[in-house]
Amino acid sequence: MGYQARLRVWRGDSESGELRDYEVEAEEGEVVLDLLHRLQATRCPDLAVRWNCKAGKCGSCSAEVNGRPRLTCMTRMSLFDPDEVVTVTPMRTFPVIKDLVCDVSYNYVKAREVPAFTPPEGLEPGEYRMQQRDVERSQEFRKCIECFLCQDTCHVIRDHAENKEAFSGPRFLMRVAELEMHPLDDYAERGGDRPEESRGEHGLGMCNITKCCTDVCPEHIRITDNALIPLKERVADRRYDPILRFFRRKKE
Amino acid sequence: MSAPTTTSGQRRARTLRTDRWWLPPLGTALGLSAFVIYGLVRTFMNQWYWAPDQHYLAPFFSPCLSEACVPGASHLGTPFPDLAPWVPPPVFVLPFVLGFRLTCYYYRKAYYRAFWAAPPACAVTEPHRRYTGESRFPLILQNSHRYFFYTALLVAAVLTYDTVLAFQGVNGGFGIGLGTLLMVVNVVLLWAYTLSCHSCRHLIGGRINHFSKHPVRYRMWTWVSGLNGRHMSLAWASLVSVALVDLYVMLVAAGAFPDPRLIN
Amino acid sequence: MAEIETHEYDVIVIGAGGAGLRAAIEARSRGMRTAILCKSLFGKAHTVMAEGGIAAAMGNVNSGDDWRVHFRDTMRGGKFLNNWRMAELHATEAPRRVWELETYGALFDRTPEGKISQRNFGGHEYPRLAHVGDRTGLELIRTLQQKVVSLQQRDRAEHGSYEAGLRVFAEFTVTDLLRDGDRMAGAVGYWRENGRFVRLTAPSVVLATGGIGKSFKVTSNSWEYTGDGHALALRAGARLINMEFVQFHPTGMVWPPSVKGILVTESVRGDGGVLRDSAGRRFMFDYVPEVFKASYADGPEEADRWYSDPDNNRRPPELLPRDEVARAINNEVKEGRGSPHGGVYLDVAGRLSTEEIMRRLPSMHHQFKELADVDITSQSMEVGPTCHYVMGGVEVDPDSAASAVPGLFAAGEVAGGMHGSNRLGGNSLSDLLVFGKRAGAGAADYVSGLERRPEVDPADVDEAVGAALAPFEVADARGAENPYAMQSELQQVMNRLVGIIRDGEEMCSALEQIAEIGQRAGRLAVPEGNRQFNPGWHLVLDVRNMLLVGECVAAAALRRTESRGGHTRDDHPRMDPNWRSRLLGCVLRDGAVEVSEQEQEPMRADLMRLFSREELEKYFTAEELAVEETASRTE
Repeated sequence: MGYQARLRVWRGDSESGELRDYEVEAEEGEVVLDLLHRLQATRCPDLAVRWNCKAGKCGSCSAEVNGRPRLTCMTRMSLFDPDEVVTVTPMRTFPVIKDLVCDVSYNYVKAREVPAFTPPEGLEPGEYRMQQRDVERSQEFRKCIECFLCQDTCHVIRDHAENKEAFSGPRFLMRVAELEMHPLDDYAERGGDRPEESRGEHGLGMCNITKCCTDVCPEHIRITDNALIPLKERVADRRYDPILRFFRRKKE
Repeated sequence: MSAPTTTSGQRRARTLRTDRWWLPPLGTALGLSAFVIYGLVRTFMNQWYWAPDQHYLAPFFSPCLSEACVPGASHLGTPFPDLAPWVPPPVFVLPFVLGFRLTCYYYRKAYYRAFWAAPPACAVTEPHRRYTGESRFPLILQNSHRYFFYTALLVAAVLTYDTVLAFQGVNGGFGIGLGTLLMVVNVVLLWAYTLSCHSCRHLIGGRINHFSKHPVRYRMWTWVSGLNGRHMSLAWASLVSVALVDLYVMLVAAGAFPDPRLIN
Repeated sequence: MAEIETHEYDVIVIGAGGAGLRAAIEARSRGMRTAILCKSLFGKAHTVMAEGGIAAAMGNVNSGDDWRVHFRDTMRGGKFLNNWRMAELHATEAPRRVWELETYGALFDRTPEGKISQRNFGGHEYPRLAHVGDRTGLELIRTLQQKVVSLQQRDRAEHGSYEAGLRVFAEFTVTDLLRDGDRMAGAVGYWRENGRFVRLTAPSVVLATGGIGKSFKVTSNSWEYTGDGHALALRAGARLINMEFVQFHPTGMVWPPSVKGILVTESVRGDGGVLRDSAGRRFMFDYVPEVFKASYADGPEEADRWYSDPDNNRRPPELLPRDEVARAINNEVKEGRGSPHGGVYLDVAGRLSTEEIMRRLPSMHHQFKELADVDITSQSMEVGPTCHYVMGGVEVDPDSAASAVPGLFAAGEVAGGMHGSNRLGGNSLSDLLVFGKRAGAGAADYVSGLERRPEVDPADVDEAVGAALAPFEVADARGAENPYAMQSELQQVMNRLVGIIRDGEEMCSALEQIAEIGQRAGRLAVPEGNRQFNPGWHLVLDVRNMLLVGECVAAAALRRTESRGGHTRDDHPRMDPNWRSRLLGCVLRDGAVEVSEQEQEPMRADLMRLFSREELEKYFTAEELAVEETASRTE
C-alpha cells in the first residue's frame, strides 16, 4: 500500500534557506506530519517542526502545504496524487526560526493587549448563573486551538508586516468578541468599551472581511460571520449610527 | 516587547498554491461585470419597462418616481420632475438599491477579492504596497450598511406591491401569467437576501448579550442567523433573478413574445 | 560559562498544563515572583487532550451527589490503594476549584437552571463531570492561560512590566534541578529555539510535568510526555511511588496506523456508546468483576433503561472503571473476536441522533472524519487500549504537595498517590486544579518561612550544562547511537513486555533490555546540526529520562505480585488484600534505581465508615478490619 511520496520542504533559518526535495515512504492513512517525522527519523534528524497532540487539538503543527495554511497533522496524504510534489513551508506571516518553526510571539504579544474577563462584582464562585443560549456564541470562539492559521492567512499582516503594530488579527479580534458577548463580563460596567477598543487598539477597521480566516480555521469557527462582522456592527452602533446613538442617549 | 514586524529570510513566490485559485475571483468579476453592464444598458435604454396589459413593472424601474415614467408605471406617484432624457427614472432609486449591495458584507468580500485583489485569493500575495482596509475614507463609509438595509426593506416592500399588482388578468380581474410567477420568485429571493443581511442579524438580536431575557428576539435572531448562513447564495440568486425578471418584462413589454397566461 | 543567562525567582513551576498554571497562579497571588517553564508553546500543554470533563461533586444534575460519594468512587476506582487524604482533599475541594474557573472566564455547558452541567462517566455514581462539549481540557488550559495573562496585565498596571511577577519561559527545557545541600536552589535549562542555557535561582520548584506515556509505543500522549519531572525528582533525591500502575485507556483509535493510540473520549460511552465484538455482541456484560456486581447491569435491557432512569436501574458495564474495560477489550481481541485492525467496535450512532452526536461529541466526529474517513453518526468506531496515564509519581505530602526534598513540590500527573492503582476519568482535571493550587500555596508558604535563601554552586551549573551538551561531543561516528532509533526500541520493549498484561518473566527480560539500552545510552549522539532548534538533540535528553522512568515502572511491576487496577499480571491474576496497604517506592541511589516497600498509613476511621463492611471486606485484610473496629468502638 505504501509508496514513495515526493516532499519539498523549506529548510533554513532566519538568515537564509531553500526548498529541498525528498522522497519519503508514505503508508495508507498517513498525514503530512507523519512523513515529516519519518524524514526526521531517517534522513534529517535536525528537521525542526512543532507538534504535540497529532490529533488536531493543540494547534502546534501549523505550516503551509502547497501554499495553503494547514495543520500538518490533519492534512492527509490521500489529498494529493501519489506522484505530485507536496511542498511544505513555514507560516509566511511570522519570522522563521528554523525550517518549519516560526517565531509566533506576535500572537502572545497581542493576547496580552486584550483586557481579561472582568468578573461581576458581588458574585461569589458557585453563584454564576448563565443560560446555555447566552454562552453559546462565546463558546464557539473558545473552540479556538490557537494554531494561528487565521493570523497566517490574513492578508492584512501576511502581505503588510507594517500593519502588525496596529492590527491584532482575527484570533484576537475574535477574543474581544468572545468577551464582549460573555453574559457576565463586567468590563463595560467598569467603564470599558470592548468594541471601541477593537476598532482603536486592535485595528478592526483594517479587516475587509474577505473571509480567509474562516476558510482556514481547522475548528470550523465562523470567525468572520460570527465574530468580526458582529463586532463591526457593534462598532457601528457606537460610532456610525447617529439615530441609534440619539435613542441611546435619550434612554440614559 | 513589541510585536516583531519583519519576515526575514523568506523570499518566496507570490503563492505556492497549486490549485486554480484565480478561478473563483475571475468568476466573480465576470458575474458582477455582466450585471453592472446590463444594469447600465437597461437604465439608459429607458423604455419597455411597463407591460400595461399584464401589469408587469420591471424591477429596475421600480418604484418609478419621475414624471418621465410611462403612464401606469408609477404606482407611488411622481415626486420627481422629468429632468432630461439622460436622467431616466431609475436614477432616483437605483443608488439606494445598489448601495445596499455595494456595502453588503458579502459583496464587499467578493469585489475586494475580484476587482481590488486585496487579496485575490487566500494566501496569494496582493499587489498593493500599502493597505489600510476599511479604517479610512472612503471605505469607512461601508459602515453605513445598516441605513441601506432600511431602504432595502422599503424597496423590497415596493417590489412586493408590484408583484401583488401583477396578479391581474389581461381582461381585468384576477390573473396569473408566467411573469407573475417569476416576479413571485424574485420577490421571495429579494426578501430572503435582505433579511439575511448581517446588519439585520445584528439589529434584530445580535446586539443583545442576554438572549434568555429576550426570547422573541432570540427566536428571530436564530431564524435570521439560519438565513445569514446562506447570504452568499442568496446574494447571487437574487441578483440573477432581478436581472432575469427585468429582462423578461422588457421582452414582454417590447412585444418580443406573448406572456404565457395560466389564468386569464 | 561566565555569561550564562541568569534569573532569580521565588517559585519556579516546571510545566504549563493545568497543574502548573494553577500552581503558578496561586504562588503569584500570594506575592511570589514566579516563573513558568514549559517545553512547548504556552497553551499547548497535554491538558488540551482531556476531553470528557472535570469531576467535581457539585450536585448540579443529581442533588444526591456530594464529596463523600465522590470520595467513595475515587477509592473504589483506585482499588483502595489511594492516598486517602489526597482523595479526601480532592473530593472536598474540587467543586470550589471548578467554580473558581468561572471567575476566570470559563464557559461550561449549562443546565436549564443556568448552573454548570455535569455528565456521566465511568466509575462515577452520579453525573459529575463539568464539561464543554468534548473539549473540556482545552477550556481548562485556555482559562488558566488567560488568567495568567490577566495577572500579568495587573502587574503591568502596577509595576510597568507584564513580566514583573510572573513570566512564562516557553519552549524551554529543564535539564537539571539545582540544590544547596539537600534543599532546592533552582534549575538549569535551555531555550529550545537557540540552545542557550539559562540558570534559574529559586528556593522552591514545583514539578508539574505530566506523565511518561511516550515510553510506550501505543499511547495517547504527546512527545512531551517523556517523564522529565519523574526523572528530575529522582535525580534530586525524591521518591517515586506506585510507578507500576499505568493506565491504559480502553478506547484509543486503532486505524489507520499513523493515528494508532489517539484517544477516543470516554464521553462516547458516558453518552450512550456501546462496545461490541466482531459478531455485534455487547461483550462487556461478561466482564463485570465481583466487586462491582452490585452496581452494574447484567443485561442490555436494564443497561438501556439506566440512561433514562438511573435511580432504579444499574449502570451499563461500558461505564466500568477504565482498567476493567481495557482488559476486557484486550481479551476479546486476543480471543479472536476483534475487528479487522485489532480492536473492537464502539458504536454511538445506535443511541444518539446525528444532531445529538454533533452537539455532544463534535471533536470526536471531526477526528474520525478527518483521520479515518469514518462518520460516527452512522458508522462504528474501531477502538483498542492505549497508554494514557501513569498513576505513579513523586511521593508528596497531601496537604502541601511537598516532596521529601525541601523546596521541591509536585502536582498533577507527576505526583503519585491520589489515584491509587487506577484513575477515574474526569478525576485528572480536578486533580490538576486541587493539587496545583495546593502546590502553589505550599511552595509560597515554604519560601515565606525561609530564613536564608539557598545558594547555587556555579560548579553544579557548569556540570549540568556540560552533561546536556555532551551528546554533541560523541565523536566516534561508528559507536554513536541514534536517539530516534533508541526511543523506538524502548517504546517497543515497554509496550510488549510491561504493557497492559504483564508477566514475571517478560518483565525480567524487559529490565535486562532496558539495562542494555541504558548502557548504550551513554553513546547517544546528536546526529546532525547545531544547538538551534534541533529535535535530535532534544530527543537525546528526553530518552535519558524515559529510560530512567521505564526502569522504575518495570522494576516496581516485577515486585508487585498481584493484579490491581493499572497493573495486571498473568502470573498473579488475583488482587491480594495483603498488597493493598503496601506501596512500592523508587529512589535513585548511586545512579541505580532501587525499589523498596513501604506501609501506607491506615485510613481515618470516619472515612472508613463511609463504606459498608461488606465492601471493605473485598479489599482489606481481616486484621486491618479488626483494628479498625476496635478503633471505632473506643471512639
